[in-house]
Amino acid sequence: MQGLKQSIITSLWFMFLTFPIMVARVNTIENTVEWRWMNLAYVGVGVFFLSYVWRWALARKEAKQYEAPSTETAKKQSWLSRAMEEPAVARPALAALFALSVAMPMLVTTYQTNIFISFLLYVVLGLGLNIIVGVAGLLFLGHAAFYAIGAYSYALLNHYFGIGFWIALPLGGLFACLGGIMLAFPVLRLRGDYLAIVTLGFGEIIRLVLENWGSLTGGPSGISNIDRPGLFGMELSVADANIYIYYIVLALAIITMIAVQRLKNSRIGRALQALREDEIACQAMGIDRVNVKLMAFGLGTAWAGFAGVIFAAKTTFINPASFTFMESAIILSIVVLGGMGSNLGVILGSAFLVLMPEYLRAFSEYRMIIFAAAMVLMMVFRPQGLIAPKGRKYHVDDPDLIKEGEA
Amino acid sequence: MTFSGLVKSIITGLAVTAMCVPAFAADTIKMGVAGAHSGDLASYGLPTVNAAKVVVEKINAAGGINGKQVELLIQDDQCKPEQATNVATKLVSDGANVVLGHICSGATKAALPIYTEGKLIAMSPSATNPMLTQSGDYPTFFRTIASDDMQARLGVDFAIEKLGAKKIAVLHDKGDYGKGYAEFARKFIEEGGKAEVVMFEGVTPGAPDYSAVVQKIRRFKADTVIYGGYHPEASKIVSQMRKKRIKANFVSDDGVKDDTFIKVAGKNAEGVYASGPIDVSNLPMYKEAIAAHVKMFGSEPGAFYPAAYAAAVAMLTAIERADSTDYDAVTAKLRSEFVDTPVGKIKFNEKGDAEGVGFSMYQVQNGKYVELK
Amino acid sequence: MDWEFFIELGLGGLTRGSIYALIAIGYTMVYGIIELINFAHGEIYMLGAFTGLIVAGVMGIYGFPAFAILLMAIVIAILYCAAYGYTMEKVAYKPLRGAARLSPLISAIGMSLFLQNYIILAQTSDFLPFPTLIPDFEFMEPIAHIFGSTDLVIVVASAVSMVALTLFIKFTKLGKAMRATAQNRKMAMLLGINADKIISTTFIIGSSLAALGGVLISTHSGQLNFMIGFIAGVKAFTAAVLGGIGSIPGAMLGGLFLGLTESYAAGYISSDYEDVFAFSLLVIFLIFRPSGILGKAPVEKV
Repeated sequence: MQGLKQSIITSLWFMFLTFPIMVARVNTIENTVEWRWMNLAYVGVGVFFLSYVWRWALARKEAKQYEAPSTETAKKQSWLSRAMEEPAVARPALAALFALSVAMPMLVTTYQTNIFISFLLYVVLGLGLNIIVGVAGLLFLGHAAFYAIGAYSYALLNHYFGIGFWIALPLGGLFACLGGIMLAFPVLRLRGDYLAIVTLGFGEIIRLVLENWGSLTGGPSGISNIDRPGLFGMELSVADANIYIYYIVLALAIITMIAVQRLKNSRIGRALQALREDEIACQAMGIDRVNVKLMAFGLGTAWAGFAGVIFAAKTTFINPASFTFMESAIILSIVVLGGMGSNLGVILGSAFLVLMPEYLRAFSEYRMIIFAAAMVLMMVFRPQGLIAPKGRKYHVDDPDLIKEGEA
Repeated sequence: MTFSGLVKSIITGLAVTAMCVPAFAADTIKMGVAGAHSGDLASYGLPTVNAAKVVVEKINAAGGINGKQVELLIQDDQCKPEQATNVATKLVSDGANVVLGHICSGATKAALPIYTEGKLIAMSPSATNPMLTQSGDYPTFFRTIASDDMQARLGVDFAIEKLGAKKIAVLHDKGDYGKGYAEFARKFIEEGGKAEVVMFEGVTPGAPDYSAVVQKIRRFKADTVIYGGYHPEASKIVSQMRKKRIKANFVSDDGVKDDTFIKVAGKNAEGVYASGPIDVSNLPMYKEAIAAHVKMFGSEPGAFYPAAYAAAVAMLTAIERADSTDYDAVTAKLRSEFVDTPVGKIKFNEKGDAEGVGFSMYQVQNGKYVELK
Repeated sequence: MDWEFFIELGLGGLTRGSIYALIAIGYTMVYGIIELINFAHGEIYMLGAFTGLIVAGVMGIYGFPAFAILLMAIVIAILYCAAYGYTMEKVAYKPLRGAARLSPLISAIGMSLFLQNYIILAQTSDFLPFPTLIPDFEFMEPIAHIFGSTDLVIVVASAVSMVALTLFIKFTKLGKAMRATAQNRKMAMLLGINADKIISTTFIIGSSLAALGGVLISTHSGQLNFMIGFIAGVKAFTAAVLGGIGSIPGAMLGGLFLGLTESYAAGYISSDYEDVFAFSLLVIFLIFRPSGILGKAPVEKV
């Protein structure tokens, strides 16, 4: 009964709330108003049922929160993480996945391959940002700027000096890395949200400069006719070049994944994680805060640079409109949706954010609103992301030590 | 289900979906329609979809082209280059025979290398960037609209000769189209030497007001403003100029020659000059095209509709005349034989620009664009 | 030096700055209390403008005088935006209290996208003309070429609402409770302040001011579409940071400062780099005075 009353009130409230926007549509030139009363009914009925679902989901989330501490930690982890921890499952699974990824372009059309290239590019971008946001805990809203630096490095080098893809690839990464370090120097003193805003500002500045410095970058018209990567001097058709780029980006994604995984467990990685948890304690332990932060920025942005070079090679045309704040926001969403600090999470996050809108083309009118709603709902009901990150576990075998720990 | 199993099933699902699209079905002619069909530039792209639907319905009702029905493959690129390449690859792999689009020059530039590779004719009703045809890089590209430099030439000549402009402020919206137009305008003014450019600046689309730029127009005592860009910013600039009692003439481009501009700017729009495609409203084919749109969709068509209609007719007629969808045969017909379209009798030159289309100057008089002869 | 030009630019900057200030207050208040960058705040401003447009459109048909329409448009826009702000907090932020820092931020970005697409679907993605609701006052005619009636209304309305807000925060019981919550939420709760209520109030006040700004600037610029919120939002947010985020007088100062800087930079240098100036100013400020003009530097507790 209580629920019914609540749902009725909620639905009445939303009917009131959406009344002007959903029902009336005015035309101030011809002075007419179109009233769409049916929409009000849709909102009312829709909200009535959704409010039940909402309350049920919230209650479920809360119940989980209370019971969680009492149960075994192993149970808290999702089936996915548990499966991945078991070598007997993980190894064949990874091998199958690898085989599948390699066979991919043979199985699907050029168009599908193209989408998967985008997907893998976002995986690389997400993994790079994950070093900064997930591992080091620095709020970073300007990732697209470094993506742009990579893309423009290749485009400009190719346009003015005819430099090929394979030379530009490391250079693009290097420039983005240097850019990241240059940005990091002045902002080292800032923390939390201030850092987020400076990086947002920096990202916008880079884009605006690219847009206005017409004599160098072609301004808003961008740069066209960028060379596709060559394969031992062979000219490839578009479809073949696509497959070739797919393998390049697949290789890059795998390298990135391994590198980031190794990094997390390395000395630097542990220092970064410690820095995320408590900066002051970290300094007291003798970790050089400046060095470590610079390292995080440099490492994170370098991957964005690599991804940028490949992006430029794939589209063969770039302009500043591809590197707006929205792009940074989407990359950040990938990291957060997937679960900060988790590599598997980044992959699932990109799958969700890149593949979903692409396959929702059929509902093209509604896809953005579905995407936006999913972002909010995800945060409300699963704020830790799809895959909750976990620290590395150390097993203690010495019985004396265990006893000591229990005492 | 394990992780790989999950992924596998997803991928298999995708693969099946992909294969459901028949790779080649020889009994229909497939025309791709690509452009912005959602997002903030949708109002430039949707009329083209409507044009394609109108033309195809008419042709199919009359028995198709040499007995083959025409099928539309409609793809949305939101005017974004990265989407445009996806769309282009999709159209190529779906076996499109010709493409009507894209709408924005940037997206077109991104998509063209893919069509060039796939030997697919792309004909745009609206991409006016001069480089698209003049660079010679894109042999498969055609368009039924004249390029920006022609428009800028017309605007500058009109401002100097007809309006007697001496001090000209050249503004643009920092966009691909607007800035290109403005740069050509500046070049032509400086080459002509009869007037000077007192200021050359971009305004930021979406900024709350343009008062600083408008004050500068007054400060430099500009007698004419030449603006390159689209109508939302133009109506804001004109309104603020009139509010601040600046009486300078306002000359602009095809992006402003849109009835929405008059609606938004209201009485401030009076007297504004804008160039647009030559008035063809007396051509019977034009009247027929408009009537067909009203009959099918119940409303007057939007921007670029006649040019899109013309492009669809030109491509399909060329296929009919060539009696094949072969690239070389169709291209030869496009270049050699005139075709009747709503924008006049046209054929295409070697570079892909239409011969027989051009611009003329319009002025807002009593809430309507009137062609100036 | 051309003084007239200088003054003209200053007045233009003042108008622009007042709008930034009105929106910036919403950012700064929310940040002050729950430390959240409410990305969707710009969209509330945009919703205010749309609600105002609908009210103006409906009333225009029945031939009400312009001034009555303006008042009604403002009142209803404020009412609805307050409701939207309240609901947004309940749906997208409240369930996230106590979650990791980044989660509410992502939720806010999602909310911002959601509201933009809501307008596209329910209304339109095109630019719509907004009727002129502020008549040209006769006494303004001599200086209308540099400072119009609309500019006057905007500056006066924002000044009045900001003074009112300052008094409210300073002297009323609710205002004091808000300041206490901003300083230390746990302590305030221990003292019997209902933190949830205070947070809701914050959203309501911030949204109301954004709605006022939305209606006023739309009648000034004469048009609106679904994107106006995003651009104004980013700028207003910059203003809030310039002034010192969390500080209400800071947001006002920051707004004016940003408006003037943009206006002078566009006037004397070039409007090509207008936004670059705004963002560079932000970056420079944050590096050398990260707490903004009026903000207090946070004391690091060990």
